Amino acid sequence: MARRDSIMSKPKDTRGALRRLLRELGQFRLLIALVAAMCLCSNVLALLGPSLAGQAIQEAAAGPGQVNFERVTAYALRMLLTYLGSSLLTILIHMTMVNVSKRVARRMRQQVFDKLMRLPVGYFDRHQAGDIISRVSYDIDVISTCMATDVVSILTSTVTVAGSLVMMLSISPPLSAVALVTVPLSIGYTAHMRKQTQPRFVKRSRSYGAMNGFVEEMLSGQKTILAYAHEEAVDERFAGVNQDAAQAYYDADSLGVTIGPTMGFINNIGLSLIALLGSILYMNGLINIGAISSFVLYSRRFSGPINEIANIINELFSALAAAERVFGLLDEEEELTDREKAQTLADVRGDVALDHVAFGYEPGRRIIHDLSLKADAGRLIAIVGPTGAGKTTIINLLMRFYDVDEGAVTVDGHDVRDLTRRSLRGAYAMVLQDTWVFRGTIFENIAYGKEDATMEEVVAAAKAAHIHPFIMRLPEGYQTVISEDGGNISKGQKQLLTIARAMLYRSPMLILDEATSNVDTGTERAIQKAMRELMWGKTCFVIAHRLSTIQNADRILVVSDGDVAEQGTHAELMAKKGMYYRLYQAQFE
Amino acid sequence: MKFLWEYLKKYVRFIAGGMSIKLLGTTLELLIPYVMEHLIDRVVPLGELPPVLLWGGAMLLLAVCVRFLNVTANRMAVRTAKRSILEIRRDLFHAALNLSGGQMDRIGLPSLISRMTADTYNVQSFIQSMQTMGIRAPIMLVGGIAITLTMDAGLAAILCVMAPIMIVLVVFVSTRGIPLYEKVQQGMDGIVRVMRENITGIRVVKALSKEDYEMERFSRANEETARRDIKASIIMALPGPIVTLFLNTGLTLVVLIGARRVNAGVTEPGVILAFLTYFNMILMGVMGLNRVFMMLSKANASAGRIAEVVRLPDDLPRLAEETAAPRAREGYIVFDHVTFTYGGTIHREGEVDQARFAGAQREDCLKDIDFTIRKGGSLGIIGATGSGKTSIINLLMRFYDPGAGHVYVDGRDVRAWDRDELRRSFGVVFQNDAIFADTIRENVVFGRDVDDKGLEQALEDAMAAGFVRQYDDGTEHRAAIHGGNFSGGQKQRLLIARALAAKPDILILDDASSALDYRTDAQLRHAIAAHHGDATQIVIAQRVSSIMGLDQILVLDEGRIIGRGTHAQLLETCPTYREIHRTQMGEVM
Repeated sequence: MARRDSIMSKPKDTRGALRRLLRELGQFRLLIALVAAMCLCSNVLALLGPSLAGQAIQEAAAGPGQVNFERVTAYALRMLLTYLGSSLLTILIHMTMVNVSKRVARRMRQQVFDKLMRLPVGYFDRHQAGDIISRVSYDIDVISTCMATDVVSILTSTVTVAGSLVMMLSISPPLSAVALVTVPLSIGYTAHMRKQTQPRFVKRSRSYGAMNGFVEEMLSGQKTILAYAHEEAVDERFAGVNQDAAQAYYDADSLGVTIGPTMGFINNIGLSLIALLGSILYMNGLINIGAISSFVLYSRRFSGPINEIANIINELFSALAAAERVFGLLDEEEELTDREKAQTLADVRGDVALDHVAFGYEPGRRIIHDLSLKADAGRLIAIVGPTGAGKTTIINLLMRFYDVDEGAVTVDGHDVRDLTRRSLRGAYAMVLQDTWVFRGTIFENIAYGKEDATMEEVVAAAKAAHIHPFIMRLPEGYQTVISEDGGNISKGQKQLLTIARAMLYRSPMLILDEATSNVDTGTERAIQKAMRELMWGKTCFVIAHRLSTIQNADRILVVSDGDVAEQGTHAELMAKKGMYYRLYQAQFE
Repeated sequence: MKFLWEYLKKYVRFIAGGMSIKLLGTTLELLIPYVMEHLIDRVVPLGELPPVLLWGGAMLLLAVCVRFLNVTANRMAVRTAKRSILEIRRDLFHAALNLSGGQMDRIGLPSLISRMTADTYNVQSFIQSMQTMGIRAPIMLVGGIAITLTMDAGLAAILCVMAPIMIVLVVFVSTRGIPLYEKVQQGMDGIVRVMRENITGIRVVKALSKEDYEMERFSRANEETARRDIKASIIMALPGPIVTLFLNTGLTLVVLIGARRVNAGVTEPGVILAFLTYFNMILMGVMGLNRVFMMLSKANASAGRIAEVVRLPDDLPRLAEETAAPRAREGYIVFDHVTFTYGGTIHREGEVDQARFAGAQREDCLKDIDFTIRKGGSLGIIGATGSGKTSIINLLMRFYDPGAGHVYVDGRDVRAWDRDELRRSFGVVFQNDAIFADTIRENVVFGRDVDDKGLEQALEDAMAAGFVRQYDDGTEHRAAIHGGNFSGGQKQRLLIARALAAKPDILILDDASSALDYRTDAQLRHAIAAHHGDATQIVIAQRVSSIMGLDQILVLDEGRIIGRGTHAQLLETCPTYREIHRTQMGEVM
């Protein structure tokens, strides 16, 4: 059973989160009002039960031979009806609340996802995938579970507690005084225990988290650990982590398991006191047996929810904290919408220029200081330079994943900020170093950029990318399902698939970022012809380590620390005997 | 379950003691309403205060005992769970860490991690609650029925009929519900997958303006899951109200029949009252049994999954000197006509796609590989993706055993080596090797006897000293999990430093410099030649420049050696090698 104590963080803006959560629920307000009404009825009915039972027993208490069966039967019948009604209503309430809460969860998940699609790429560079995903897989789940169960519990508990109190008072005010002893006792005890256990449970989930992290890390690196015969040391470190987790579990749970019996203890004391006091009252003729019976039943009903409410409030807070995290994501700044008069980039020639561009991912930390570059239509521009010199950043600016801080990027003379993103990005095809496939058939993966692609077109693209024979060897050919995480397809093959995808997506401009880094040289050579065809007539930006790929470039940019150190053709740069020359020579050493 | 017994049997006395205490505590708890019934029906009518106080005092005393016993038993249960899970986790981790390559392939990392985390958690919960709820629930049920039988067998008959019906009903619904929840879980996995795919591929999605399409795709997965979730939740919400209704119906019957029996003089009103209390107890017993039942089936599956790993035999046992293959020929590292297939084609359920795909993929084998490296010599291996380059290392370091032929290190069959001793002679960088969340120092030293000077030298040789120096805390700088705070090139340089640090006899670099630019790569090669010249080297690379200076080069294609010799010889004799060279170095050469 999943424990919800794993996240104990208190929401920062409780009211704000609550208000927005209520707004989310707004569209279901009629249903919720109905649920509240049903809760009321169901509990009133459930409360009537013991009273009727008490009256029936009272009738039976008349003694042997004197029982009025008609009245007993009448009471019994009414008992049955109230119980039946109450159970039916409970089922209805559950069904409604399950529907409401799951639909709210579905809507929130969709909102989060839609939001993600509108966030700038930078958001994903700054946030871990696991963290974003936990909003959907964990936080929303907490919210939905809270709504499904806690809302009903609160309604039920309130009605039950109030109703029981009224009933108890109506039966016997002196006996009700007993409740005045036990109720504060149990409330005080629960509050006290919560304060005691909470930090221990927080520590428990933290040490479990630490252990899971350790296990994940070590098992992922298992081969390395074995290769360095390091396993005993790792075993030893695990012993420590394991001990911590076990101890934290013991500390938390050995205290936690005292709560149940103690609550039972308080209830039993209450019961004893009721019995004692009831007996005395009975001996003085102030109460009858049936009334004591009913009172016992009510007092049991009374104490249950009181204990419950403390837990619920806890859960409510963690749900609000979860809601706050989800809303936090929904409030993130979106990718700027296209300018009002943004034009659609059509009939692209492919003249791209960067004009005195300055850019940094964080304010105050410039990556690119002053970059100017002109790529005429159909030209091949190569970007080389040491790792971390800012090559990928240029691509980010071309695709407008980020906007420049100063200067401008233009396509066919239009500032890219005056163009719609869709048309700008649509003008490029991209093959990146980090290849990307999704779970779906090979066909779907290749046709991803072109929704109306036919099988013939897909096959032609696959043949051009030299991946067709491999696909045909698969049991289900183009219909074979592949996935990103399954590891069922090698990196090189993934890259070929993305090349095929780009081939199918006929665009006037092309970006190749280490596009063939994972393809072995033999295959690379084989697809070079296809690549040339792909690149023919298009403005191409190519990033590559292997200098052989780019020797034919119309212009080579040597980037170093965010600035262009050199530019020119291969021959020019070699003649210059500068940085490019040194990079080039290095591969033959 | 037999597996768990192995761990629990040494605590059998302690467990038996705890269970007995729980048994006693629960039994006494059952007595409380019994005493109350006695008090109201027999003692109160006497009209004397002392006996009333006596019996009331007895109730209070019972309450005190019950709390004490239950708390003690619960704590003992937690203690047993803590101790045994500590050992289970230790053994599981140890087994997981020492799995052979084939076993690792077969089980898979995600499954292994979930066995280590989720499954051990299930087992722990079960061990704890089996000793508490496992006693309490049946006692409540059986004891409740037993006591009511002694009070009034006729009335108790109603319970005896109803209890089994309720149990069957609850268990039936629950067993129906579990598979439904599994489907919900699968749906959630699907949702998470789509999210993950979109987060990792956000650039592609945005470049192709597929945001709307992805929202639609997510929406489909989302709706389907919400639908399943609603169905499962509603079904699981049913047992509660239905059981309550059943019980209340029974209650009504008790009142009705009880009244008749009171009238006939065979029972008393107090008995009816006590019945009402015991009904509640029986209800709790039924629900508790259901919980135990569900936990048992979950823990059973989990224990099975844990046992499977812990009980795996060592499939790479050390051979005695006599049974190992006799030395084939002179040479420090010898592969003697080695043939090898990955046996890991047995796939577990749930990995169907992988099996489908991998079946085609895993033919990655070696055929008749035969070569010799002299001590201090060097070997380069080049070939297409999937040609079997890494498999050679896997056999050499004994992560797998060959199907035919033998592998020798220092004149000894690797199977006759103590595995750790064998591996200690290596310094290795694997493809996609692991950086651990630890300091740079610990990552490089990696538990070996390397002093500060050795560390500095290793970082220097691996071209890593420069960037390490840029951190304020130098070698004490911490790597994030999986080295997330380093670039690909930085990670590779740290890994190379790790391989060099202990001055290994054999140095293995498997695609270890692919993220380095040519110049850094060249400097690295110089440094290795200068400071690690006496190490025997094996270098696997995609780049000709990385291996062209080595003594001997193997060209691999589909698991066969299709060319061998020095760089110059291969340019003469091996067309494939010539091709690779020509592509990479460009026509200019």
